[in-house]
Amino acid sequence: MTRIDTTFATLKAEGKKAFVAYIMAGDTDEAKSLEIMKALPDAGVDVIELGIPFTDPMADGGTIQLAGQRALAQGMTLQKTLDMASEFRKTNDSTPIVLMGYFNPIFSRGVDAFLSDCTAAGIDGLIVVDLPPEEDDMLCLPAQDAGLNFIRLATPTTDEARLPKVLTNTSGFVYYVSVNGVTGSAEASGANVGPEVARIKSHTDLPVIVGFGVNTPEKAREIASIADGTVVGSAIVSQIAQGKSVEEVTAFVKSLADGAHSA
Amino acid sequence: MNDLFNSFMNGPDEKGRFGNYGGRFVSETLMPLILSLEEEFEKAKTDPTFWAEMDDLWKHYVGRPSPLYFAQNMTEELGGAKIYLKRDELNHTGAHKINNVLGQIILARRMGKTRIIAETGAGQHGVATATVCAKFGLECVIYMGAHDVERQAPNVFRMKLLGAEVVPVTSGRGTLKDAMNDGLRDWVTNVDNTFYCIGTVAGPHPYPAMVRDFQSIIGKEVRWQLPEHEGEGRLPDTVIAAIGGGSNAMGLFYPFLDDESVRIIGVEAGGKGVNAKMEHCASLTGGRPGVLHGNLTYLLQDDDGQILEGFSISAGLDYPGIGPEHSWLHDTKRAEYVSITDKEALDAFQFSCRTEGIIPALEPSHALAHVMKIAPTLPKDHIIVMNMCGRGDKDIFTVARHLGIEMGAEGRDSE
Repeated sequence: MTRIDTTFATLKAEGKKAFVAYIMAGDTDEAKSLEIMKALPDAGVDVIELGIPFTDPMADGGTIQLAGQRALAQGMTLQKTLDMASEFRKTNDSTPIVLMGYFNPIFSRGVDAFLSDCTAAGIDGLIVVDLPPEEDDMLCLPAQDAGLNFIRLATPTTDEARLPKVLTNTSGFVYYVSVNGVTGSAEASGANVGPEVARIKSHTDLPVIVGFGVNTPEKAREIASIADGTVVGSAIVSQIAQGKSVEEVTAFVKSLADGAHSA
Repeated sequence: MNDLFNSFMNGPDEKGRFGNYGGRFVSETLMPLILSLEEEFEKAKTDPTFWAEMDDLWKHYVGRPSPLYFAQNMTEELGGAKIYLKRDELNHTGAHKINNVLGQIILARRMGKTRIIAETGAGQHGVATATVCAKFGLECVIYMGAHDVERQAPNVFRMKLLGAEVVPVTSGRGTLKDAMNDGLRDWVTNVDNTFYCIGTVAGPHPYPAMVRDFQSIIGKEVRWQLPEHEGEGRLPDTVIAAIGGGSNAMGLFYPFLDDESVRIIGVEAGGKGVNAKMEHCASLTGGRPGVLHGNLTYLLQDDDGQILEGFSISAGLDYPGIGPEHSWLHDTKRAEYVSITDKEALDAFQFSCRTEGIIPALEPSHALAHVMKIAPTLPKDHIIVMNMCGRGDKDIFTVARHLGIEMGAEGRDSE
């Protein structure tokens, strides 16, 4: 059982939906980013997705791409991202941390070294956007062996025939991408998402969390009500980009979490 | 020679790998799309009607076969090996790019796609794509780094004349790799009607194999053309081509991979020199393996796995990666890879103009610079075939500036 499994079991027992928040590690600088991260659990965040900055985030829209550039300009690295998680763990041993990013920085570090670093830093799961099931032996399988959850994205293009393949080595939860597109672009529609979530749930007992295109408390509530929870990324990152204070960012996150939890 | 178990021509495997390189490193949204493309390509490969359509267009629209020209003046001046130029710069649109674009657009039509997107650096692939889209009445959107839009103004105008929408890419650092990122972003957003026409032997499987197969017409023609000059059965002793992503080189090399007597040399852009400052685009000489744009291959990157920008006088070579099959040919030592600096390429550019009356693009000028280095050291019966993969009209402003010649408004815009 990872912290992810425990968290979802608790939420289920309480009849609550999950709220997952994404921030980019090191945006706009290391200290502020850590401060925001530490404030997330009290704002109602059930699972933290911590973005690993990368120069070429091809599945992300402008908001998250720019966040990565800001972080890199401040000297953020994969090592410092892991250090941030370790620092967070000193005061919080329950909120799951999922690292989200692209494969090259991990490949560059070396998969075995990266996985032992993750375990040491208290990381619970990985979302690596550019590793489909066809490349499972690169990271997914070694990560599961190391006791980490490997969370896969399912998308509107993942048809019925392909879905079992996508779900096979997935653990922790399934991240359903609500729209064809990049992060922070089109708005998710509950009418479209509902049947898709049902379709995925007919293939798996894992929680299904919906992300992409969720940007307001109302939208968080709408989407959470038809799934096991929802993810907000770009809308939070936008607040950070606008130079909002830690308190302002946290208040915004709380409004989103309240929205999702009221579902 | 073509022993199935001991051939360099069997790649990629069913996972799209050439040795360790290649693969399918894309987001889930794109995975079903590249699987259906692979299926369509596999069907087309053995479909005579597909190749009949290609052959017809290659002949009547592109102007193939391109000549194999004995460069007598170059040969005499360099005083060694016999130099032949494969004249792919004479193709419609002025480069080898259209060989591949035709194949992909015909596939797109068979798949019922109505909208074509592409990335372009120097603009040659963009122009070729816009051209074929105009011919077939397809919507065409070209992603081009904002910096390249400025320095390649004539090609931008050509694409617009041909009816394409040119989108200047400002995300990231606004270069070719960012144009490719934006192309992929467009594709995940418009999955139903859009076909991504990649311009080089890179990207997720099946692109590296597919683009190679379309470009292999270059090497296949050389195999029957050289005997017309040199007698039956004569193979080149050395084949040489410039490499950015590496499509013109794969096209020339592939049909010779199993001919052990043929020495294969790829020429990367050395920029200001392959040094620690990374002022070059020599992925194999100065990079290490990594994952970008759907494939595992040699990349220019820092210690943290962040991708670095390449630097080259040639916008067509200005890419931090290289096709995965080249990475494999490099590691297996079937091919050699060298680098040529901007200055050496400029000298070769002028040498070609002066000796043969051929204004080459800056990309093949890199290949020619290496020919100039080795030809004098080789015997007179040694035959070199170099791919003259593009013409230099697009580059005259850049060359003028480097030679210190003022060309007016357009010249000033080209930095």
